[in-house]
Amino acid sequence: MALNRDTDGLLSEVTQFIYREARFQDGHAYDDWEALWTDDGVYWIPANGDHSDPERDMSIVYDNRSRIALRIRQLHTGKRHAQAPRSRLRRVVSNVEVLDEGGDEIRAISNALVFESNLRGDIVWASRNEYLLRRVNGELRMARKTVHLVNNDKALYSMSFLI
Amino acid sequence: MFPFVGLGDDMSAQAAAIPDINELIRPEHVHGSVYTSEALYQAELEKIWYRTWVYVGHTSEVPNANDYVLKSIGPQPVIMTRDRNDQIHLLLNRCTHRGNQVCVFDKGNSRTFTCPYHGWTFSNTGQLRGYPFPSGYEGTDREELGLGRVARVAEYKGFIFGSFAEQGPSLEEHLGGAREAIDRLVRNSPEGEVEITAGFLKHKARANWKFLLENETDGYHPQFVHASIFSVAQSGIGDLYSSDSTAVARYLGNGHSENDLRPEFRRLDKPLGWFGTSAARMPEYVAAMNAAYGENKAREIMIDGTPHTMIFPNLFIAEIQIFVLQPLAVNETVQHVTALQFKGAPEMNRRLRQQTMGSVGPAGFLLADDSEMYERNQRGIQVRDPEWVFLGRGKNRERRDEDGFMVGDATDEVPSRGMWQHYRTIMEER
Repeated sequence: MALNRDTDGLLSEVTQFIYREARFQDGHAYDDWEALWTDDGVYWIPANGDHSDPERDMSIVYDNRSRIALRIRQLHTGKRHAQAPRSRLRRVVSNVEVLDEGGDEIRAISNALVFESNLRGDIVWASRNEYLLRRVNGELRMARKTVHLVNNDKALYSMSFLI
Repeated sequence: MFPFVGLGDDMSAQAAAIPDINELIRPEHVHGSVYTSEALYQAELEKIWYRTWVYVGHTSEVPNANDYVLKSIGPQPVIMTRDRNDQIHLLLNRCTHRGNQVCVFDKGNSRTFTCPYHGWTFSNTGQLRGYPFPSGYEGTDREELGLGRVARVAEYKGFIFGSFAEQGPSLEEHLGGAREAIDRLVRNSPEGEVEITAGFLKHKARANWKFLLENETDGYHPQFVHASIFSVAQSGIGDLYSSDSTAVARYLGNGHSENDLRPEFRRLDKPLGWFGTSAARMPEYVAAMNAAYGENKAREIMIDGTPHTMIFPNLFIAEIQIFVLQPLAVNETVQHVTALQFKGAPEMNRRLRQQTMGSVGPAGFLLADDSEMYERNQRGIQVRDPEWVFLGRGKNRERRDEDGFMVGDATDEVPSRGMWQHYRTIMEER
């Protein structure tokens, strides 16, 4: 998708990037989603509140780039039972803000509500998402995405889709 | 999460009398209702969870005087405290005045718990220290108004268990054949201790707790449930549970069981092979182990690795992590899971956490699929015909080992058969 920075501005470019990511996730477009990452990307979903340290504490997901790739390869096997059949997903992403911009890097946040329907039933996930975006060959890429689930301190059902 | 609709989630909760357990458990079959009966679940709470020894927490979760952490025994919340004299207490989270919760924080450090409702204050040993405006309680015996407590508390090598029964077998008697698993685990630390310091992931499944319990030492499922990750990651786990594996499934008595993978690890004869790494890649750990145990013994420990043992009813030592099972309802169970940390082995500990985070919890490469199976099992078991689950795998080749324990091949259902006979025995007790 062509983006015009000059007319839409940085916020619009970032927002469009986040919308596109959401569309890839809802549509299980795994490879398209994986291509959004930089080579050193880190995908982090902390547990147990707002102050956990992934290098000390358990996280729901703490994937470096090769583990992100492994996650995608597992989904592609068709035998990831928790995603066979795939969850039906639709998410709303909002409250996008650019917090910081310096050099090639942009720090942005958004809120997300994800409706998931699967064999167990229907469920809503809510999160604040933090992005560290980097411009690579003119295109925005995710260098870090942190998903702060509102209820990450509680017992959660399986969450085997890309959030 | 907000379950708007519980699709296909028939509680089938007959609030009828407790079914006759003898009718439901046969040598190679159990009746499907053992996973769905509300009456049976209520009986299990009384006869298993609120009577026998249940794992609660680890001493390293309350390392300092006056530390506390919220734990549970089944649906009952329990405050595990360490008092100023280093004594561990398991207190019940209910004010003795009018039943309010006295503690709502997951963990902390405090000598006292003050009920927010009327200001009653309890020490971390459970005694009632005082209440506001005491003139209204003239003649009241404060001694009798201490917090409820788990009647018996016992520790084995850092692992704290509780029993609501005033009397009964000792913890060591209860652990029996599974005690050795804890010995085998802790010696993988050069200091002979494991620590639980990384916090727990809490992973919920809409399934009866016994589906989880049985799956922990089911050596038949990995190649199928975990086919997706085994096919894309370098993992030797699949081979350990093949029909060619020399590993054994063992029933340890008292409901406990294990998949003993040591025969395979010894055949491969590679220190730290059990952990998917090598001595060359963990030089500091190997040096510390050699210094602690001597080279020969250290080599033996590093070949054998850690156990894969289910301690009935709720502690699963799964090589690199522990799971603590917590039933919340007949069809709802939480798995609390965290990485084991080996004291004195920082080089190992990051890898233990990283592998655990990849494998388990709501998004884990392994556990999301296990949990998917638990939930499908819970739905499937409610189908009317056939009424029975068949657990006969390996009956033809089960045998007693030199210690007298029943063993089968790696993929055999010896652990489930043993667990159900134990279950029948304790459920029949008055």
